[in-house]
Amino acid sequence: MGGVMRRELWVNAALWLGLICVPLWAHWAGEPFTITLATRAVIFAVAAVGLNIALGLGGLVSLGHAAFFGIGGYAMGILAFHAQNYQPLFEWPFVFEGSQSMPLIWVVAFAVSGLCAFVIGLLALRTSGVYFIMITLAFGQMFYFFSISWAAYGGEDGMLIYVRNGFPGLNTLDPIQFYGLCFAVLSAALLVQARLARSPFGLALNAARQVPERVRAVGLDPVRLRLLAFTLSGAITGLAGALFADLNRFVSPSMFSWQLSGEFIVFIIIGGTARLFGPVVGAMVFVGLEHLLGGLSEYWHVWFGALLLGIVLFGQGGVIGMIAGKARAHD
Amino acid sequence: MNIKSLALSTALAALATASVADVKVGMITTLSGGGASLGIDTRDGFMLAINAAGRDDIEVVIEDDQRKPDVAVQLADKMIQSEKVDVLTGIVWSNLAMAVVPSATAQGLFYLSTNAAPAQLAGRGCNANYFSVSYQNDNLHEGAGAYATQEGFKNTFIMAPNYPAGKDSLTGFKRFYEGELSGEIYTKLGQTDYAAEIAQIRASGADSVFFFLPGGMGISFLKQYADSGVDLPLVGPAFSFDQGILQAVGDAALGVKNSSTWSKDLDNAANAAFVSAFEEAYGRLPSIYAAQGYDTANLLLSAMDKADVNDDAAFGAALKEADFASVRGSFNFATNNHPIQNVYVREVIKEGDVFTNKIVSTAMENRDNAYVADCKM
Amino acid sequence: MTLSLVFEQILNGLQSGIMLFLMAAGLTLIFGVMGLINLAHGSLYMVGAFCAAAMAGWTGSFALGLVAALAGAAAAGALIELVVIRRLYARDHLDQVLATFALILIFSEGTRWVFGSFPLYLDVPEALSGPVSLPGGISYPLYRLAIIGVGLAVAAGLFWLIGQTRVGVRIRAGENDREMIAALGVDIDRLYTFVFALGAALAGLAGALVGAIQSVQVGMGEPVLILAFVVIVIGGIGSIKGALVGALLVGLTETLGSVFLPVFFKLFMAPAAATQAGASLSSMAIYILMAGVLVWKPSGLFGSRG
Repeated sequence: MGGVMRRELWVNAALWLGLICVPLWAHWAGEPFTITLATRAVIFAVAAVGLNIALGLGGLVSLGHAAFFGIGGYAMGILAFHAQNYQPLFEWPFVFEGSQSMPLIWVVAFAVSGLCAFVIGLLALRTSGVYFIMITLAFGQMFYFFSISWAAYGGEDGMLIYVRNGFPGLNTLDPIQFYGLCFAVLSAALLVQARLARSPFGLALNAARQVPERVRAVGLDPVRLRLLAFTLSGAITGLAGALFADLNRFVSPSMFSWQLSGEFIVFIIIGGTARLFGPVVGAMVFVGLEHLLGGLSEYWHVWFGALLLGIVLFGQGGVIGMIAGKARAHD
Repeated sequence: MNIKSLALSTALAALATASVADVKVGMITTLSGGGASLGIDTRDGFMLAINAAGRDDIEVVIEDDQRKPDVAVQLADKMIQSEKVDVLTGIVWSNLAMAVVPSATAQGLFYLSTNAAPAQLAGRGCNANYFSVSYQNDNLHEGAGAYATQEGFKNTFIMAPNYPAGKDSLTGFKRFYEGELSGEIYTKLGQTDYAAEIAQIRASGADSVFFFLPGGMGISFLKQYADSGVDLPLVGPAFSFDQGILQAVGDAALGVKNSSTWSKDLDNAANAAFVSAFEEAYGRLPSIYAAQGYDTANLLLSAMDKADVNDDAAFGAALKEADFASVRGSFNFATNNHPIQNVYVREVIKEGDVFTNKIVSTAMENRDNAYVADCKM
Repeated sequence: MTLSLVFEQILNGLQSGIMLFLMAAGLTLIFGVMGLINLAHGSLYMVGAFCAAAMAGWTGSFALGLVAALAGAAAAGALIELVVIRRLYARDHLDQVLATFALILIFSEGTRWVFGSFPLYLDVPEALSGPVSLPGGISYPLYRLAIIGVGLAVAAGLFWLIGQTRVGVRIRAGENDREMIAALGVDIDRLYTFVFALGAALAGLAGALVGAIQSVQVGMGEPVLILAFVVIVIGGIGSIKGALVGALLVGLTETLGSVFLPVFFKLFMAPAAATQAGASLSSMAIYILMAGVLVWKPSGLFGSRG
């Protein structure tokens, strides 16, 4: 067990260093598109790390996390839109101006998507298992349809933000600097998840997943634990949505699409559930495959689907499981 | 078709005789998923003209956007940063175009639109490096409105999906329609059952119906309308009647009038050559998307003969001359780089076993667009 | 707003609800008996429509098209049960979601590979085309009435199958106690394949019936799948009766909401704004209905499991 644990630690360290070195190499070699791809992978990884708090730690299979991703994206879009047009968002009870400053946008994206996750969680956690999957999927669709019909913010066309939002002391238009920001957010999210897993809250959450009766016996409410995890999970995915919107300088209802929710789960499974760096590996593999296979065949989804099926049926433990050994393969 | 090998062979040919004015084109279009038939036609029409020209100073890189805005943005980044293209083209959908075009032109690239041409890019957001070779989005709807007025319709029922292009559509129709409206409804995007709307049409006392329902939505509506027993005359833009869709609608579309800037039977030499070459190359009839792709390629080739693509001002001026034989006959650019062209009324007919369109009248002659004055260029 | 228009819209709501029931019944049966969540159920709906369109195009007969839809979807269902789904029964829901998500990708693009990117043609049969006159001066498409009839007949058949036959006894036993049914000597593998193929055939039938009045194209199954999930959440998992009630509720809410909400808003808003607000709210109406049921009865109207 100890040896396998150490091996996973080495794998994680190598991945983390790779995420620093490859984009830097691309920067010196004059390959800005490699940096763009890496940024996309890192942002998807943040979203999947967020989902993994609900899914990996809490055992909550949410098929609606694109809702929070989209809400984060729209938080950025709406704030920047109002800043572009010099119209306040609202004037009562106090004047709230738009903003093109990333730190403020991040706070709003985190808070609003967390709030939505709380409300959806409150309803969805009245049930469990397969109900939970279907309900999260349905609420995700609700946001999708609402965003399409919300004419004030572009409807199905979405919103274009002309200049990437700023971060104090950085030039965010420079690909490598924006990548650095996203990478820092990913590192922070990973740190939060790692600390959370070992905290009393994380242990109780894990226990609530495996033996809810015992958790109740010590006076904790499993539903409350799950709700907290789901809220935090949605908030982190929302933060990733704000970053994604800034990467594309564009938000649209497609950020809410349920296929995206499915892809987030795919990232986690490809990498390996209950692995700290599982979502990171999964996002990297997905973005890489999309880039490579997409150029080879119009029908690349068929091959991707077959690969995914193979991983689910035969490759328990995901990519990290294959490299680092199966001792921590999921229960 | 193998995209990589196609790009490679044209690239090798280009290497053989590299000249100063080599042009690299990035085509981003929809080649997979539900909307793939439109992108495939765009690509095939475009490549037909490129291959026919047989030139070795142009290279085309083609990628599939899956109809997702974020994928389109990513592909545009790749084409600009990694492939270093000079010209972008091919996007079918307005929302994807809005995500890609402004930043591409801001980075000094040319964008030639083969289809999508939203109002934002025609008015205040116009750009010297952006050309719509297709139309301005409102044009076909305006043509339908003009036709409804010419036919003497007094009480039309109008409907479109509840999204920006749908609202633009009804606005465009009303701009040239002089009668009253018996009803105006917005349907859900992607809706497949129109029984409720058809019942409202029946109850409204309308004398005609205008609808804008692109793709599968139009197929569903036309079939259900034909089966409902309501027999008011239908008018719509060409999107629900293009060659790819008509076979799936079948008899339900027969006799329906639709507005279009192009038709297979338009009587000019360039069009006759295009239709027969397309049929020979791909074994099917071309659609309006193929025609627009073909024209876009020929416009680009004509400009390459006159100017160096690296000289923005000269190349832009060369494009603006529109010195090519359009399959739509008379074709010029208005000051906001959108076409001045005729809008025709077509009727759906059956030729042997194949459903297709024939031109019955001209709804508008030399129509430009409503946003010319807003464009400060 | 006349009374006959209201009546006609209710018929429309019934018709879309009945088609949803065919989808939801298969899903809920598969979940009830095997404990499996199947995201690829929408793909089977699409397979049914494509089989019907191909067969009807080839032979010119809509009836043969329906047979092909039933056979094709059931065969596709049995095949994926034997090759893929069988390995998932013992797995958690997460693996089931993933594997069936992968199946959607394979089915969608595979169908496009085989049939091309252009929508297929499938029309209402000659004998059922055109409208009929109903009491009250309503003229209503005959084909839609026929769909309602077929759907109700299938619903009755399902209730009979599950309530009155030996297969039904086994299915109900399978829902309640998996070990016991194996101990009784029932070949559980064959039962599972049968139930999955039955669910698939129902989805394929719905796809073919609806395909004749809509567009037969790749991706047509996913919107219906999500609506079917809403139906199941409302009706309660594993309950055929719940699926029927839920499907009719969702069908009626969606149809009546899109027609009458804009009218309602016009009472106190400007027409353009009312149309907008009505369209926006009606696109969310069924989800609000679902949230309401969740608050009231978390395990659905007829659900037994939590």
